[in-house]
Amino acid sequence: MLELDQLFKNIYLWGENLFTQWGIPLFWLELLGMLIVAVIILAFMSLSVLFLVWWERKVSGHMQSRFGPMRTGWHGWLQTIIDAIKLILKEDTTPGTADKIGFLIAPIIVFVSAFMAYICIPFGKGLIVKDLNIGILYILAITTFTVIGLLTAGWCSNNKFSVLGGFRSAAQIISYEVPLTLSILGVVILSQTLSMQSIVNSQKHIWEWYIFRQPIGFLIYLVAAIAEINRVPFDIPEAEQELVAGFNVEYSGIKFAMFFFAEFANLFLVSAIATTLFLGGWNGPLLPSWIWFFIKSFFLVFVIMWFKWTFPRLRVDQLMGFAWKFLLPLAFINLILTGLFA
Amino acid sequence: MNQEISEIYTEEFFVNMGPQHPSTHGVLRLLLKMDGEVVLDMVPHVGYLHRSMEKIAENRTYYQYIPYTDRIDYVSAMFCNQAFCMAMEKLANVPVPERAEYIRIIMVELNRIASHLIWLGTFSLDLGAITPFLYCFREREKILDLFEMVCGQRMTFNYMRVGGVSRDITPEFIPMAKEFIKYFLPRVDEYEDILTNNPIFLSRTKGVGLLDQKTAIENGVTGPSLRGTGLKCDLRKDEPYSVYDKFNFDIPTGETSDVWDRYMVRIQEMRESAKIVLQALESLPEGPIKTKISAVFKPPAGEVYLRIEAPRGEMGFYIVSDGSPKPYRLKIRTGSFSNLTVLPIISRGWKIADVVAIFGSLDVVLPEVDR
Repeated sequence: MLELDQLFKNIYLWGENLFTQWGIPLFWLELLGMLIVAVIILAFMSLSVLFLVWWERKVSGHMQSRFGPMRTGWHGWLQTIIDAIKLILKEDTTPGTADKIGFLIAPIIVFVSAFMAYICIPFGKGLIVKDLNIGILYILAITTFTVIGLLTAGWCSNNKFSVLGGFRSAAQIISYEVPLTLSILGVVILSQTLSMQSIVNSQKHIWEWYIFRQPIGFLIYLVAAIAEINRVPFDIPEAEQELVAGFNVEYSGIKFAMFFFAEFANLFLVSAIATTLFLGGWNGPLLPSWIWFFIKSFFLVFVIMWFKWTFPRLRVDQLMGFAWKFLLPLAFINLILTGLFA
Repeated sequence: MNQEISEIYTEEFFVNMGPQHPSTHGVLRLLLKMDGEVVLDMVPHVGYLHRSMEKIAENRTYYQYIPYTDRIDYVSAMFCNQAFCMAMEKLANVPVPERAEYIRIIMVELNRIASHLIWLGTFSLDLGAITPFLYCFREREKILDLFEMVCGQRMTFNYMRVGGVSRDITPEFIPMAKEFIKYFLPRVDEYEDILTNNPIFLSRTKGVGLLDQKTAIENGVTGPSLRGTGLKCDLRKDEPYSVYDKFNFDIPTGETSDVWDRYMVRIQEMRESAKIVLQALESLPEGPIKTKISAVFKPPAGEVYLRIEAPRGEMGFYIVSDGSPKPYRLKIRTGSFSNLTVLPIISRGWKIADVVAIFGSLDVVLPEVDR
C-alpha cells in the first residue's frame, strides 16, 4: 500500500545512520528534521491554498452557470499561480497614517497562527508532525491568535471601515469560539482523549464515526467553524458591500496575499479538524489513509464553498444573537446529554 | 470603580460611504453619522454624475435629443425614449399608428424586466448573495439579444421616434420573444427559490426599512417603492397611456412596506410584464410603424408635461416650446431622485448593513438622479 509513514521513518533512520557515521550530534539531525518538516508543511499549505483558490473559482463558476478561469493552462489551473506571482511582485504600500509596526505584524500573526495549527493535523496513518497529548486544545488555542492579528490589522490601518471590520471580527470570533469548543468537548468526552491520533484511532469503523454519535455536535461545529473563518453567511468582518473589504481594506501586495493565504489555509484547517473529529479522520477501506483524509476534507471544503455561493449574509446583531441565544444553549444541551449517556 | 466607568465615553463618528464604494451603485456619497454600527443620521450627496442633460436639450433639435434620453437612465433606456417621444407627440398632436404603440409596449415591458433583473441582481449582491446576480444577468442577456435584433443596440437604443418607432420588428423576433417569455417565467420561480423564503434573507429584509405611506407620498416616492407601501398607484392603470388599457394585468402591492415587500412587488412585476409582452405579441396588429412627419420637427409654441410609469417610478418630461426646432426649456422628472430623498428618513436608527439593504431596495440608478 501507498502508506507514507514508513517512508518518512526510513528517511529518518537513514539520516540517523549517516549522522552517527559522520560523528555529528543527533541534535543537529533533529534541527534539520524540524526545518525540513516546516518546509514540507509550508509547501503543502501553499499547494493546497493554490488549489483551493482555483477550486473555489471553478465551483462558484459552475454554480453560476459559467466556467470560471479557462484561459491559463488546462481549465485555468495556472490562474492562481499567476495571481500569486502578481501579488508578490506588486508594490507593497503602507498608508501614511497607519501604524507602521502594527500594520506589518498583523498579517504575520494571522499567517503564523494558521501555520502552527497544521502541526497537530493527522494527515494519515503516522503522518502527523507532533502528536501532542493535548492536540485539539492546542489547535483551539493557537487558532484564536488569528483574532489578535485581525484586530491589529483593522486598528493599525487607521481607516474607519477597517476598524469596524476589526471590531466585528473580534466580536464574532470570540463569540463563536465558545460553541465551537463545546461541540468539540462532546467528542472528547466520548473518546476520552485530547490527542488527535487517538481520536482517529477510536473511530476505526464507519459506525464509530462521531458524526453518528454526535450529529448535533457536528452541525454546531460546522456552523461555528464557518463563522470562525469569516465565510458567508458569517463573513461580516469583510462584508464587501458594507465595509468595502473590512479589516484588510488598506492592504495590498504580499501583505494582502498573506491574509488571503491564511484565510484559505484556515478553510482547509477547519475541514481537516472536522474530518478528524467527526468523520473518522484517515480511516477508510482500500485506499491509502492519506487519500481518505484528503477526500473527506475536500468534501467538507466543498460544502463550505457551497454555502458561500448560496446564502446571503447575516447582519452583525443577528449573527451575535445566533451565537449566544441559539448555538450556545444547544451546545450545552448537547454536552449535558453526551455526559449523561456516555 | 464608578469614577473609572464614568471616564469611559463613546462618541459618534462620521463615515464617508462613497463615492467609490461597492454598494452605492455608482457614484453616490453617503455621509453617515454613526454610533458604532448604528446609523444616527445620513446625508446623501448627489451630483457626481451631473451631465447637464437639461441644458444640452436647449441646444439640440428635438430629434437630436432622442439619443441623449438613452443616457438618462441607461438601465431602462426604452422608457426615456418613450417618455420623450410621447411628450413631443402630445406637444405637436402627432398620431401614432397602432402597430407602433404595440411594438413600443413590447419593448418597454421587456426593458422593465431587464431593469428589474439588474435590480434583483445588485440587491441580492448587497445582501451578500452572489449567485442570483449571475442568474439575473444570464436572463438579461437574452433580452438584450432581442433588443439588438430589433434596433442593433444593447443598451442605448435610440429606438423610438416622433410618431412611431425607427424600425419594424423582424419576423424572427416574435417567436424568439415568445420563447424567451416561456423560458423566463420558470426562472423567476428559481430566483424565488433561492431568496424569497431563505431564513437569512427574511431576517435581513422583513421589518427592515419601514416606509409608511404618508412619508412616501410627502416625499414624492413613486413606482414599486410606493406600491410596496400598499398603495395601488400605477400610471399604466390610473391614467392609461399608449394602449395599456387593452391588456390584462395586475398591479402587485405590498402590505407592511418593508424591504421584503418592495422586493416582492418587483418580483411580481416581472411576471406581470411578461404577461403584457405575451398579450401584445399575440395581438400585434399589422400596419405602418411610423406617422410621416416633416424632417424638421417644429412643434407649436406651448408647454407640455407627460409622465409614464418607468421601472423606478414616474418619469416625466416637461417641455416648453417657442415654436423653434429646439426646446426652449426641458425639465426631466425621474423616479430615482425623489425616491432617494426618503433614504435618510427610513434608514435612521438602522445598522450600516441595513442601510445597504434599504438603499438597494429603493432601486436608485445614479445617472437618473443627477442627469
